[in-house]
Amino acid sequence: MTLLEARDVRVEFASRGRRARAVDGVNLAVGEGEIVALVGESGCGKTTLARTLLGLERPTSGSVHYGGVPLAYSSRALRAHRREVQLVLQDPTGSLNPRHTVYEAVAEGPRIHRLPGEGDLVASALSRAGLRPPERFFDRHPHELSGGQRQRVVIAGALALEPRVLVADEPVASLDASVRGEILALLLRLRAELGLSALVVTHDLGLAWNIADRVAVMYLGRIVESGPVERILTSPSHPYTQALLSVLPESRSPVVLGGEPPDPTRIPAGCRFHPRCQVLASGAAAEAGVDGLCASGELPVLPSSAGSQVACHHAEARSARHEAEPETERL
Amino acid sequence: MTLLELRDLAVTYRGETGDVPAVRGVSLGLEAGEALGVAGESGSGKSTLAMSLLRLLPRNASVSGEILLDGEDVLTMSWGRLRAVRWASASLVFQGAQHALNPVRRIGDQIAEPLRVHGMATGAEARRRVTELLEQVGLPAWRARGYPHELSGGQRQRVMIAMALACSPRLIVADEPTTALDVMIQAQVLSLIRSLIAEHGIGLIMISHDLSVLASTCDRLAVMYAGRVVESGPSREVFTGGRHPYSRALAEAFPTVGDPASRMAPKGLGGDPPDPAHLPTGCSFHPRCPVSLVSCASEPVELRVAGDGTGAPHTAACVHVSEESR
Amino acid sequence: MSTTARTRRRAALTRFRRQYARQRAGLYGVAILLVAVLAALLAPLLTDPSGMDVTRATGARMAPPSMDFPLGTDESGRSVALMLLWGARVSLLIGFMSALLSMVIGTVFGIAAGHFRGWVAAVLMRVTDWFLVLPALVLAMVLAAILGGSPFTIILAIGVTSWASTARLIRAQTLAVEARPYIERSRALGAGHWHVMTRHVLPNVAPLVLANTTLMVASAIVTESTLAFLGAGSGQVSWGTMLRGSYDWGAATSGAWWYVLPPGLCIIAVVLAFTLCGRALETVLNPRLRGAS
Repeated sequence: MTLLEARDVRVEFASRGRRARAVDGVNLAVGEGEIVALVGESGCGKTTLARTLLGLERPTSGSVHYGGVPLAYSSRALRAHRREVQLVLQDPTGSLNPRHTVYEAVAEGPRIHRLPGEGDLVASALSRAGLRPPERFFDRHPHELSGGQRQRVVIAGALALEPRVLVADEPVASLDASVRGEILALLLRLRAELGLSALVVTHDLGLAWNIADRVAVMYLGRIVESGPVERILTSPSHPYTQALLSVLPESRSPVVLGGEPPDPTRIPAGCRFHPRCQVLASGAAAEAGVDGLCASGELPVLPSSAGSQVACHHAEARSARHEAEPETERL
Repeated sequence: MTLLELRDLAVTYRGETGDVPAVRGVSLGLEAGEALGVAGESGSGKSTLAMSLLRLLPRNASVSGEILLDGEDVLTMSWGRLRAVRWASASLVFQGAQHALNPVRRIGDQIAEPLRVHGMATGAEARRRVTELLEQVGLPAWRARGYPHELSGGQRQRVMIAMALACSPRLIVADEPTTALDVMIQAQVLSLIRSLIAEHGIGLIMISHDLSVLASTCDRLAVMYAGRVVESGPSREVFTGGRHPYSRALAEAFPTVGDPASRMAPKGLGGDPPDPAHLPTGCSFHPRCPVSLVSCASEPVELRVAGDGTGAPHTAACVHVSEESR
Repeated sequence: MSTTARTRRRAALTRFRRQYARQRAGLYGVAILLVAVLAALLAPLLTDPSGMDVTRATGARMAPPSMDFPLGTDESGRSVALMLLWGARVSLLIGFMSALLSMVIGTVFGIAAGHFRGWVAAVLMRVTDWFLVLPALVLAMVLAAILGGSPFTIILAIGVTSWASTARLIRAQTLAVEARPYIERSRALGAGHWHVMTRHVLPNVAPLVLANTTLMVASAIVTESTLAFLGAGSGQVSWGTMLRGSYDWGAATSGAWWYVLPPGLCIIAVVLAFTLCGRALETVLNPRLRGAS
């Protein structure tokens, strides 16, 4: 069942006098007990989308739904939303007030929501986050903890509100390599023990491979490909996903995309990836007869369904041919 | 001749609360045209090691051992000689490219600065060299007139590399050159670094916590833990067949996409990176080691020959190494 | 849990005391202040207030220092030493209270202007700017004249005209704190404006407020003296009104130095002491300055 959902969400900002379409039409759903990875480069709008799902950003159009109900932006509705959907930020050092003890940091949520039994909530959240025995950590200050422990405190702070969904923005990007796996394993364990869903925002495809059920690849404000991790990360259909996978250190033949980084104030017409697309540049798109479409044909916004889907003229043309002549393709 | 050789390098920070050993006896060698990756996480001493190579450590650091650059000891060099060596024979690329550039000076002037300081070029000649350098790192020449804020993170890192190349150094030390960058830009910068080493025969020391990045860029790897090298050898061997449990853990931390073994199974090490001020006794890694023996807690382990002896030297500091290979 | 929190607080206090003790100038400042405050507090116990009454003054007019009047007398025959003690009460009271008032207004405006966005911040900042460019002394004089002369009106006049620079300072610090990720985390936890401002921003700007207030007391004492000297007095004897009196009666030209110098020196000493303390507090409490030293 779908728990948290973005329906045709658009978020626009004014940026140096121009309109920046940070999120430009996105459907994305996180099911119950599901871990979804939202992958993309910096500036693609993935963090803005995550903030919108948390209710920290208001969509210019479209809506955020929780449990099928559209999110209202009254302070009362937002408070209720916060108990269900919680945030874990990238930098655990900055996410904790240096003046607060671990206890105060974890108790902040329960105090804001005036939950009864604050002490028990804090203790159980800390031990769920792997800080055991919790009492030993109560009076510590963030600077006395290691990076991994700090991130566990941040996660415990979110857990203290007993949410159903965690939105984690690059949860391990600023952690040491050896600690990374432990924090990711914690997210998996929380899912197993509490049925906690998660939306993990990251630029790291290895992370998606490690823990996510589904992956959505975002480019310049749109999701360009989404589907089950095994499918998307082993046989990607979108040239952008292919390029992202090809530059991983282990890969044999990297496709390094050139060109300027994408700019949300100047979104190209047609397929927004076409100026940097290696398939278009290689002439493969022209061969399939879609090069004109790539440059001018607007692509539909992908639905939020669970199966694999891709927003690419070339991939569509190929799969159409696939269906027309299945025998030859299979060879 | 070996371009750079470290002999038993040790760095200790003297603090109010006592001495903190950051690097504890590291010996490494690097040939011209070779790339050496130094892997490790916070507290491993890898950044201290990088800074010590050009004597850029803070005053409270005491250094012992030898750092031979072209056979000359950097540690005993006069100040005048050291100034000539910095930039001209060896230069550094830092990780925070956005903070290492002066926001109010033109990019061209900043690249030309080391040339002017070392009296290697002036005026039109310096401008020509700047254009050449920008082209080498894949930036258009007109960028020289721009300011850092007009560039993206990857472009700034390219400018940093152009600055490092300005005086045609023989050694480049790159400390986490791609950490803050996106995968695509990281790939661009890495391929740039690789091609520059190949073309100019520059020696490279690259420092990172990401073993997979190092393995794809460097010929050899040295894995550091708690101020020591715990394993060193050819990149492929260390990355895919690490003999030290810590090397294996680092290699597994960044999974290979498509590898069924790592699907839904993130791997990490329990415990925390070592605190240099309170190092465990014996093998410093033993509290986090999945295969530690009782003796590991008391007896330190030196580097041992870990390869099959036929290929390039491969050493690892683990008790299990001798048992298996003999 | 609460006991350990208490020991922690005590440890922090000890640490603060030890760091402050390293600031030699700050210690001199504290010593001078202690003397001044003690003298002001003990004045009613040590002396007889009837000596302050012009009609019951016992000394000769403008008499030089003698055994009975260690600092001479004023134009009505009152003891200058006695006036100095009682004047300290008024001067210090006005200094402390108006600094407190100014700090409260400045902190509230500063935090609100830094926390809120959009038109609220714009309005708050314009109001602050307006007070910043207003000639504060003239405004204070007008206020004191309209409200009539009493210590309370002087406190109000000084407090209302001097908070703008504090607000600017606090706003800058608030903006720096608000940019920290823990504010975002707190919002995501469901925190409202009040929670963020009181739990996260205020504790972070408090050291700055404390140091700034100390400096503010010094300038408030000077302003009070200036106002009194210019004729907008509180109606009670303060160091400022003493200076005014000495000027009115030509004490300086007639060689009655005992009437001019003591209040002037007292003002300088107390202002200097507050400045020394404020600077020392700043050094100890402001992490940026501490890192630099």
